[in-house]
Formats: sequence, C-alpha cells, structure tokens
Amino acid sequence: MSAPLIERSAAALADALASGETTSVELTQAFLRRIAAVDGAVHAFLHVDAEGALAAARASDERRAAGTPASALDGVPVAVKDVLATEGLPTTCGSRILEGWRPPYDATVVARLKAAGLPILGKTNMDEFAMGSSTEHSAYGPTHNPWDLDRIPGGSGGGSAAAVAAFEAPLAIGTDTGGSIRQPGAVTGTVGVKPTYGGVSRYGLVAMANSLDQAGPVTRTVLDAALLHEVIGGHDPLDSTSIDQPLPAVVDAARAGAEVDLAGLRVGIVAELGGEGYQPGVQQRFDEAVELLVEAGAEVVQVSCPSFVHALAAYYLVMPSEASSNLARFDAMRYGLRVLPEGVDSPSAEDVMRATRDAGFGDEVKRRIILGTYALSSGYYDAYYGSAQQVRTLISRDFAAAFERADVLVSPTSPTTAFKLGEKLDDPLAMYLNDVATIPANLAGVPGISVPAGLAAEDDLPVGFQVLAPATADDRLYRVGAALEALLEQQWGGPLLSADQLALETEEHA
Amino acid sequence: MPDISREQVRHLADLARIELDDAELDHLAPQLSVILESVASISEVATDDVPPTSHPLPVTNVFREDVVRPSLTPEQALSGAPAVEEQRFAVPRILGDEQ
Repeated sequence: MSAPLIERSAAALADALASGETTSVELTQAFLRRIAAVDGAVHAFLHVDAEGALAAARASDERRAAGTPASALDGVPVAVKDVLATEGLPTTCGSRILEGWRPPYDATVVARLKAAGLPILGKTNMDEFAMGSSTEHSAYGPTHNPWDLDRIPGGSGGGSAAAVAAFEAPLAIGTDTGGSIRQPGAVTGTVGVKPTYGGVSRYGLVAMANSLDQAGPVTRTVLDAALLHEVIGGHDPLDSTSIDQPLPAVVDAARAGAEVDLAGLRVGIVAELGGEGYQPGVQQRFDEAVELLVEAGAEVVQVSCPSFVHALAAYYLVMPSEASSNLARFDAMRYGLRVLPEGVDSPSAEDVMRATRDAGFGDEVKRRIILGTYALSSGYYDAYYGSAQQVRTLISRDFAAAFERADVLVSPTSPTTAFKLGEKLDDPLAMYLNDVATIPANLAGVPGISVPAGLAAEDDLPVGFQVLAPATADDRLYRVGAALEALLEQQWGGPLLSADQLALETEEHA
Repeated sequence: MPDISREQVRHLADLARIELDDAELDHLAPQLSVILESVASISEVATDDVPPTSHPLPVTNVFREDVVRPSLTPEQALSGAPAVEEQRFAVPRILGDEQ
C-alpha cells in the first residue's frame, strides 16, 4: 500500500501525477485540507490562496491531459516565503509596515514556479524582514515547531520549514541571509539549501542585506530540493548579480549521491565549527554522520578556518548596514503603511515617515536599522563597516584554502536543537549565536545544505548536518547530502519525519 | 569603548527617521551597547593590507540593449499607494514651517 499523498516526496508526487494515479487538483485539495487541519496549531502560513492554487492545479491537469506538462514538477504544490513578491497575493515580509500590500508583479522565483506549473498554496510566516532565528519576530505571531509546539521552528524562514515538516506542503521556498533556510531545516528535521550567491534571482525578493540574501529550496528530501532548485535557479537578466552561466546538474548529482559511493571524496571538518558551544547531542549526531560518510568511502581532512571566529561580528555589521539602507524604502509615500503622528497639525512628510516607521517596524528591525546607521556613520565607518568588509576577505581566503584540501566542508548546521518559544526573544546576542555555523557561507557567497542527521539524545529533537561547497559547485551539496540521507534512512528504516509522530492536533485525531 | 548612550540612540533613530519614545530608548540603548561590545574587536582582526570585500562574487556592470520592455501601468504602480491624486502619489507637505 502506498503512503497517503501528503506524506510522499515531491518526486513521488510527480510520478503519481505522471502515471495518472492522482491529479493536481486532488493533490492540492489534500494539502489544503491538511493546512486547514493543522495550521491553527503550527501557524506556518500568513496567507492561504486556496482559490488560486486550485485554479493553477486545474490548468496543470489540463496540460497533463494534453500531454504537455510544463516541467517534471508540474502540478506539485509549493509554499512561498512571504518575502517574495507575488502578484495580487499579500506580501508582508512578516511586517506591519506592509500589511495588506499586494504587489503588482511577481518575483522571478515566483514567475518560474508558475511557469513550471507549481500551484502556490500560500505565503509562509517569517521573522520580520527575515531578521531573526526563531520566527518570533513576525508581526503576525510566531510559527510553532511541528515536533514540539512549544518550541521555535527556526528562522527567519520558520514558516516554510514548518509547513514542509508538518506535511502542509511538499515543497517550499525560503531565503537565507545568515542561515534562514538551513537553521530552520536543522531544527525541523527537513532539508534546506542556500544556493551559491547569484545562483537564484533576487528580483522581487524584498532585500534585507543584498550582498548576502539568497533564495532556495525547503523540502523533506535532498532529491526534492534539487528538483526545486532546477526550477528556480539559473541566470536572470532582471538581477544584475545573477550568475550568467548554466546551473550545475543538481538533480543528476542528487540521484548519483543516492547510490552512496563516496570513494575519493575529501570531506573537510572545520575545527572552528564544532566542539565548545555545541550541544553534546548535536555534536554526537554530527560525528556519527561523518563516520557514515567515511564508511561510504569518503576521506576525512581536518581543516582550520581561523577567521570564522570573527564571522558573527562581521555579519552583524555588514548585514545591519545593508539593511538600514535597504529598509529606507519604507517611507510611507509609495506603498505600505502610512501613520499620521498624533497631535500634529499638518504633519510634514518627515513627521509621517518617523511615525510610520515607529509604528510599522518591530523591535528587531529597529535594532538593526539603528546598528547599521551607527556602523555607516562618519567616524565609525572605517572601524566598523570597513573592518567587517576586510574580515569578509579573510573568511573568503579561509574558504579558498580549505577547498584546496577538501571537496566539501561539513559541520553541525546549528549549535543546538530547537529552543523554547520566548527563551531568547529579548536577548538579541543569544539569538544571533544560532547562526554561528551558517553565516560564513553567506559572507563568502558559497552554497550550503542542511540535511537531517537524527535526533539529539538529550531532547529527541532534530539535528542538522551542514555541507558547504565552493561557489557554483552546488552539485556537490546534493551528491553528499543524498548519500548521507540514504545511509541514515537505511539505519532508521525510513525518513526521520513521519506524520504519525508529530504532536499535532488534527481533525483525523480529534 | 563602544558604549552607546541613550542620546546617541535618539540621534541615530532620528537619522533613520524612526520616532522612538522614552520607553523604547530605555529598552533599545542597553541592548545596542551589548551588541556593539560583542562586535567591537572587529577592527583589530585585519591588517591594513587586507582589501575589503563588498560583494561575495566579482561584480561587473551589466548592460542591456536600450529597448522598450513591458513595465507596470500607472494604475499598477499606484495600486499600493497610501494616497493617490490625479494619477500621482499624494504625499504630505515636504517643507517645514521654517523653510
């Protein structure tokens, strides 16, 4: 007997559509039912577009019937992080300042999803403007981790990761500026990929830090991530930082990886990304996963990237600097919220800006804008922003040296498993430390994947295994990720995630 | 020492066009001090001969042919505006009383 539709991988759903076992309308309805049943508890979605998704599903079924599917994933539904512009659908970035805004155009990623025939189920929750590691900074309330509803789903893309983990969507799109795809993947037991910077178009992605932001796939399997990567990736003339060369063969790499032959592969363990500060159960699962790779023929090399210890500091100067500049566009004049200051007769545009930005931005956004304004102000620019840019160079050099000795680098994705909601909400520094292992990749522009590595012994919560590759060698992530996934599933007797084990109140269980 | 005063935060918020009330200043100033303290060592890491990186990949200017392409209609461009008048964005007065 085959698994219920919502529990199958996107690749399996594509097969079921191709064989005529199901239709896109049936599939889309199944996911919409699941969303109705569990999203009250999970809150992965800010907006569900049942009507639009079903219309797209009907169109997909017609193409299928005519023998002209638009892509391998035609008809398989997807959820999109609310930071990507969707024509006619609300796009809030998790912020009050964009409440009710409906963009008049699609982001390139969204346009490509539509062109490939994937019905869009809705928009997923996120930390406001992607600033956070827990989704608690969303102005519309936090998302809950499907493994334990009292815990964070990671961030900023907690909504996309939770939607996929709770079987509310087979596929989702996230964005990763300092770990916002990979860390939520790690703490929800799902797969998340940050492509090479420039590998996926940023056109229509509301910028937080434009030299770091990158959209990518959020899925339950490595092959699904590769399939989705192929749909959204590749050169886009609308993004001047888009890489003008063909995407590496990521789907082929995922399929080859699943054959589990890693002979000749050099795996570098980064000394600075592990050990002290990492939860013992996280470190243990990581060490065991490395052992599995060795058994499959990989050779382990110890590498040191001494500048990585300064990555967090460099990141928390570069990112707020860029954010303070990018978020200047929210000025209450052309779109979004406009708040008139109280008790002011005939307020000026500047008065209105001040009042609007106070009312429309949450604490974390204000912190980062002010921090960035500080780092860029005269007298501090060289000491802060200038120094951070130099450290960025050192980090890139460390990567270059490490990739001389290793084909991929590996580490735990996140130093801990999912923490309790509220635990770090008012301690920004503690929150920032969640991204200590993911940030170096963003600063250097290299790609990374997080793959589930099992559950930590002390709390039975998911642990993520991170693989990093040189820029434009995204295929290596998929080869190694798919191999590790196959080896671990052999050990577990199936995927880490199953709908049965989740503590979700569903209509079926009620 | 990068201790950031309440007055400095008020000034920075002013530069960033964010109205902060006293309660917010009390709340944000100490947090910003802690964050700044944690990143302060950054200026001691790199020697002068290390060039800065502003972008992860080499960026060059990108050109395209100067041809008309589809773009937003005025209605679409104005669709999200808080206020519209005669097919234009309507904004509050931009000059102060003293100007």
